Amino acid sequence: MMTNLSRRTLLAGSLALGASGLALPRMAFAQGAGTRNLLFVLLRGAADGMAMLAPVGDPGFAALRGATLPDYDGAARLDSFFAVHPALAEIGKAATSGEALFVHAAATAYRERSHFDAQNLLETGGTAPYAVRDGWLNRLAGLMNEQTRGGPVRALAIAPTVPLMLRGDAPVSNYAPSALPEASEDLIARVSQLYGADAELGSLWARALETRAMAADDGLSNLRDASAAGELAASLMRGGDGARIAMIELGGWDTHANQRGAFARQARGLDALIAAYRTAMGDAWRDTLVLVATEFGRTARMNGTGGTDHGTAGAAIVLGGGVRGEAKGGRVIADWPGLGDKQLFETRDLAPTTALESVLAGAVAEHLRLDPATTMARLFPGRAAPPLTGIMRS
Amino acid sequence: MTPSSIALSRFGYGLGAREDAPKDPRAWLLRQLDRYDPAPVVITKRTRAHGNIGETLALLRSMRRDTREMAEMAAKEPMIADMTRGDARDAALANLPPELREKYVEARAVLAQDIALRVNLAVGSKTPLLERLVHFWANHFSVSVGKLGTQVTVGDHEFTAIRPHVLGRFGDMLEAATLHPAMLLYLDQFQSVGLNSPAQRRRADRPNAQGPRGLNENLAREILELHTLGVHGGYTQADVTEFARALTGWTVPGIGRADRFGEEQPSGAMFVAVAHEPGARRVLGRSYSAVAADQARAILRELALHPATARHVATKLARHFAGDTPPPALVARLEADFLRTGGDLASLTRTLIEAPEAWEPAPVKFRTPFEWLVASLRLTGVESLPPRRIVAALTQLGHVPWRAPSPAGYDDIAASWAGPDALLRRVELAGQIARDAAIEDVTARAEAAFPGALSDPTRTQIARAESGKQALALLLVSPEMLRR
Repeated sequence: MMTNLSRRTLLAGSLALGASGLALPRMAFAQGAGTRNLLFVLLRGAADGMAMLAPVGDPGFAALRGATLPDYDGAARLDSFFAVHPALAEIGKAATSGEALFVHAAATAYRERSHFDAQNLLETGGTAPYAVRDGWLNRLAGLMNEQTRGGPVRALAIAPTVPLMLRGDAPVSNYAPSALPEASEDLIARVSQLYGADAELGSLWARALETRAMAADDGLSNLRDASAAGELAASLMRGGDGARIAMIELGGWDTHANQRGAFARQARGLDALIAAYRTAMGDAWRDTLVLVATEFGRTARMNGTGGTDHGTAGAAIVLGGGVRGEAKGGRVIADWPGLGDKQLFETRDLAPTTALESVLAGAVAEHLRLDPATTMARLFPGRAAPPLTGIMRS
Repeated sequence: MTPSSIALSRFGYGLGAREDAPKDPRAWLLRQLDRYDPAPVVITKRTRAHGNIGETLALLRSMRRDTREMAEMAAKEPMIADMTRGDARDAALANLPPELREKYVEARAVLAQDIALRVNLAVGSKTPLLERLVHFWANHFSVSVGKLGTQVTVGDHEFTAIRPHVLGRFGDMLEAATLHPAMLLYLDQFQSVGLNSPAQRRRADRPNAQGPRGLNENLAREILELHTLGVHGGYTQADVTEFARALTGWTVPGIGRADRFGEEQPSGAMFVAVAHEPGARRVLGRSYSAVAADQARAILRELALHPATARHVATKLARHFAGDTPPPALVARLEADFLRTGGDLASLTRTLIEAPEAWEPAPVKFRTPFEWLVASLRLTGVESLPPRRIVAALTQLGHVPWRAPSPAGYDDIAASWAGPDALLRRVELAGQIARDAAIEDVTARAEAAFPGALSDPTRTQIARAESGKQALALLLVSPEMLRR
């Protein structure tokens, strides 16, 4: 912390010195935000944190989700209490080699259960939906621009349109890959519900799905798409001219029914994307931070259709060459609330004990060598909780 | 459906990007008749850019000939005997002077540009009822690409032979549409020659002569069967043959010696008097003594006013707007209107707008894929897509304009479009379109696009969607979007 502060003081001082001090800011720039990368992966639809990182050490878990326990046989264990979903194998390996950590029982300030409102809050960084108009990732770019010389940092949405999280005053561009992993299975399930009450469309749709099932592939093309998206993100971020901040969205996490298959399929896609990105970043992985987050968690219990409904606290993933993970044991940042009836939020959801905003602000501040308090105030104004420290190796 | 929703979707292409739902639906539709722009600047620019059809056709034909010659020459050379057709075309292209080479490359891109132009005009239109009528009539006078030259003329056919007449006289549209180069090519008229014409007699003296060798009845038959009287319209084979004789001489430039002997028409077509069958004609019991190019025109004028034509047009129009099985009372009213006004299409449109049958609250039609795509792009505000993507989407949906499987045009009944696979394709495409859209509040957009007509299941599914994009995709394939 002190070193960061003195570096900034040095930077400010050298600017005041004028031309004679030019060598110093360049050095500071090189060590600061200038070469550091941030990739934000937004999981739209509320990815189930309890499936992502199962608290198998909690006796309550078997009671709530006993049927899914066999899924975690042989899965990577973190803190000997949590098990990483086996479909997240590469991310699990990164966690047990100290290059990734998980955050659990975390939530934004939002306590209702609407996807749209929750995503709005997660993207804007406001304390209420629609209270703030620009995105916190854009404000982060603005903060970096204030603190570095030269042109503005390149911020990029890997999407056909710029998501709210990146929208705002700071210049942003976007690039749409031809093949983003699609949430087509989920859309198709919802279309079935949409046509439920329509005899003509319902019958046409049922026949369409029969044919589709016969011709179904094994999901490999979806995985290939996910890997391609990861490689694309890396190719857009490598080198001095690359984007320093990028964002990518993955849908398909709203698993109200038959969650085991649906979640595994989505998780494999996320895992393939991250693995491909990490490989393609090469040496730059050292200076790269990847944040994976979702708008809220899901109900602690499974519902009657093998799925979970909209909940509260969930998990997030922090990856990168500079992340302060734990080799061997793995590291999970969590103030575990427990899974007993009385411990659950409104007796149904995992209770939020960590502010997701504190994790996000703390991680980007440490990674980009920004002042944590300023970062928190700019990105997530009006929060009582301070930014978390110790996420990155100093 | 509410009247406002009917005006938007049944009569138009759905709510546009910066539009509000009409408060007085009938007045809103009637106003479109006054605001319609038959020749928007994008079309006049297009016409100027691809001006002379004759030159383009001549170029395409000479390229085809050169390509064939190159391939034949290559076949005799052991070194390059395996030259492909593409190679032969490149070789022929290299032989062209640069300005013609550029023109040829342009001509090959024209079709996709014209399709995109048609779609984008409809997507951005403030007079969507009129765009619907343009597309209805273009399908009535359907031209399909395939024959050499149709790809560069079919867009012009819709833009200059259909568009200017949708509120004019049916007879004017009939003449413009059937004697346009695209139709003359598509229905083989360009090679039809009168058996007693001077051209044919001279040909008899030259046993090895190339080119047209006699009468072709295709266009005459389709005008009677599809464009005017209808299949049971009371004409005989003798009428078809006589009409075909009257049409001889109508051809396109760039063919054989047509350019030397022909007289260029404003449409870009060519009338070659020496190929025209001499003498008076007798069609449907009437004698036509008009000569040359005016003979076919005189017959077309009569056909345009025929009671069978009135019934045929009234039936198709009623089917398009009021249901696959057109209400007989509406057909009768449109038919009477057609006969009373001599085929005034503006009057017919007003009668349709006033007709109670067109305001039936339950949806009466399943949207065709083309209608659905245009409505989806309007709803989502995804405008000015590049030609490549528009053509890809329409190909995926199986409804590319000007590619109907027969001269009868694309079908206008649900049974032809409401299939399982077709539905799946719309769902897939909806996902792609929604990805490109930037709509903040899907529920608000849905309520605006279907005023007072959004169903609870659709509203619920939109509200439950995991993201705005998914909500939008669901709206695009909702029953409200699929039917009108």
